[in-house]
Amino acid sequence: MMRLFKKADGLPAWVDLGLIPALNLLAALIISSLVIALIGEDPIEAMGILVNGAIGYPEAIGYTLYYTTNFIFTGLAVAIAFHAGLFNIGAEGQAYFAGLGVALACLAMGGMPFFIVLPVALLAAVVFGGAWAFLPGYLQAKRGSHVVVTTIMFNFIAGALIQWVLVDLIRNPGQQAPESRTFDEGTWLPTMQKAASWFGIEMVRSPLNTSFILALIVAGLFYLFVWRTRWGYELRTVGLNQHAASYAGIRVDRTIIIAMVLSGALAGFVAINDVMGVQHRLLVNFTGGVGFVGIAVALMGRNHPVGIFLAALLFGALYQGGTDLSFEKPNITREMVVVIQGLIILFCGALENLFRRPIERLFSGKGS
Amino acid sequence: MDVVFSLLDSTIRVATPLLLAALAGLFSERSGVIDIGLEGKMLAAAFAAAAVAAITGSAPLGLLVALGVGFLLSMMHGVASVTYNGNQTVSGMAINIAASGLTAILANAWFQQGGRTPFLEGDARFTPITLPLAETVKDVPLIGEFYYEIVSGHNVLVYVTAILLPVVVWVVYRTRFGLRLRAVGENPHAVDTAGISVAKLRYQALAINGLLCGLAGSYLSTAQNNSFLQDMTAGKGFLALAALVFGKWRPYPTLVACLLFAFTDAAQVRLQGVNIFGIGPIPVQFIQALPYILTVLLLAGFVGRAVAPKAIGIPYVKSR
Repeated sequence: MMRLFKKADGLPAWVDLGLIPALNLLAALIISSLVIALIGEDPIEAMGILVNGAIGYPEAIGYTLYYTTNFIFTGLAVAIAFHAGLFNIGAEGQAYFAGLGVALACLAMGGMPFFIVLPVALLAAVVFGGAWAFLPGYLQAKRGSHVVVTTIMFNFIAGALIQWVLVDLIRNPGQQAPESRTFDEGTWLPTMQKAASWFGIEMVRSPLNTSFILALIVAGLFYLFVWRTRWGYELRTVGLNQHAASYAGIRVDRTIIIAMVLSGALAGFVAINDVMGVQHRLLVNFTGGVGFVGIAVALMGRNHPVGIFLAALLFGALYQGGTDLSFEKPNITREMVVVIQGLIILFCGALENLFRRPIERLFSGKGS
Repeated sequence: MDVVFSLLDSTIRVATPLLLAALAGLFSERSGVIDIGLEGKMLAAAFAAAAVAAITGSAPLGLLVALGVGFLLSMMHGVASVTYNGNQTVSGMAINIAASGLTAILANAWFQQGGRTPFLEGDARFTPITLPLAETVKDVPLIGEFYYEIVSGHNVLVYVTAILLPVVVWVVYRTRFGLRLRAVGENPHAVDTAGISVAKLRYQALAINGLLCGLAGSYLSTAQNNSFLQDMTAGKGFLALAALVFGKWRPYPTLVACLLFAFTDAAQVRLQGVNIFGIGPIPVQFIQALPYILTVLLLAGFVGRAVAPKAIGIPYVKSR
């Protein structure tokens, strides 16, 4: 099993949670700038466009927060698996499969009152997302099949399965691309603009919807679950030392399965934001990589909801700014964000000791 | 008979990059370093090979650069997981994601064809070669046909791979380096006590790993296909990893697993649209998902608990 994040050796919190992530981000951005320079664009100018595109006008902020919502969900999903010592790289497929569940629920419940639709759709997201993570979790716990390989396989299998459902079963005949028909308007999740108008607040139109509030609630529950319940304690114990956990009477296999199912369920909420909140229909590959962003978000946020929220905000800004950037500079495609993501995973995850070691030395006051 | 021959022929073609990647993984994992990054290293190498071949018109030159790219990425993995005791799985995933993004951007910016490289022709590609005597014996039933259809007519990288396999077996099981390699993956402390540097051994293993990934990548873009396509590895690195686990980290069983995956893939193309069991054609999406489903089944069922090298994934720390 894996161990992530050593306990900080007497580092002040602002260093551990502020300075080190900032240095990691800086390193990732410097390398990204080199890439931009390599393809003949001006990194400083690109950065300016990116920042303006992310937070420069009200609509942009809406988009940024809409992406943030997704990344909070997948970041929490990856983080809860990390706490149990598992690396779930299948949040992508779990979110995608949950999309199918939410779509089926919304298609079936056209015309029903929203207070019935909402809990059923939430349940569908959780059940479908969790189900898609259950089997890899079960196989890891009972058969020792490595969860990293099985979850990535399940990403591919989910892709094929949903492609089939969309093409052969619920295809909207009027459309070229395989996609479901648009849901009944009564099943749409209210946009933030609409929700704000109930309180007399005016907002610009953007994909930001009320699932952002759901994300904040879920992040709070995540904290309570992981640090304030017995199950959370068991989960973290298994993540730190399986043998010790087993010796202490914790059922390791069951805990692994629970952690994976919860992880899949958290990833499933992405479908609430995207399918129920924005697209109002099931699209091929609507997830577009959110599950993998979740890895970077969880690592950068150090598996803590507050850190995950901040990291999700950063990546939300990068995604929205990156989209604007790709319009203005066609050479800098949206994959630039994927590169930054990979570098963040490298520096925050794999190379966390790169900056930590010298800084620890600095703060321990012993010199080297 | 033609069907069998063409199935076997494509099995070999598909198995080659899988085997190369799996052997790459074998070196790294036998030394105690998990390598999830096979996928990304292959992808980066595939792009490097295709890009250089497209610009210079020389496939061998592309291969050379691909080897270099594979090597460098492996060294990066080494810095993270050996020198800095980082999490090896996370480092591998970082390589995968960064490679996926970087190749797409560079391909788009340098060649302006929406993320693919220009089509390769002539010397810019490794083309099929006819082995000696193949034409002469082609009319001899079975043996001659087999030699002509299956053994002959592949590109040079397939034959290189066929030679590499016994070489790898020899290196791993019959040389001093191989003994140390296997030891360091099981008990690095013992190796250290014997006065051998654990870090150096692991870097050596990763160096070989990178070169093999480079070979696998250039095979994908300059031999099997004639250009680089975005995310063209499509999970092959993970299939190779699964083959390695299924082969219990041994070369020949791993070869069998690779051939099995490749055969499924080859059969997959033929199964499309075929009416099976009288219930009508199986949806194409299911057939395409076969290799992935097979991977899960293999990992779940037949291997039982695969016994990995004991020290795998654990950074080596001399003393506290």
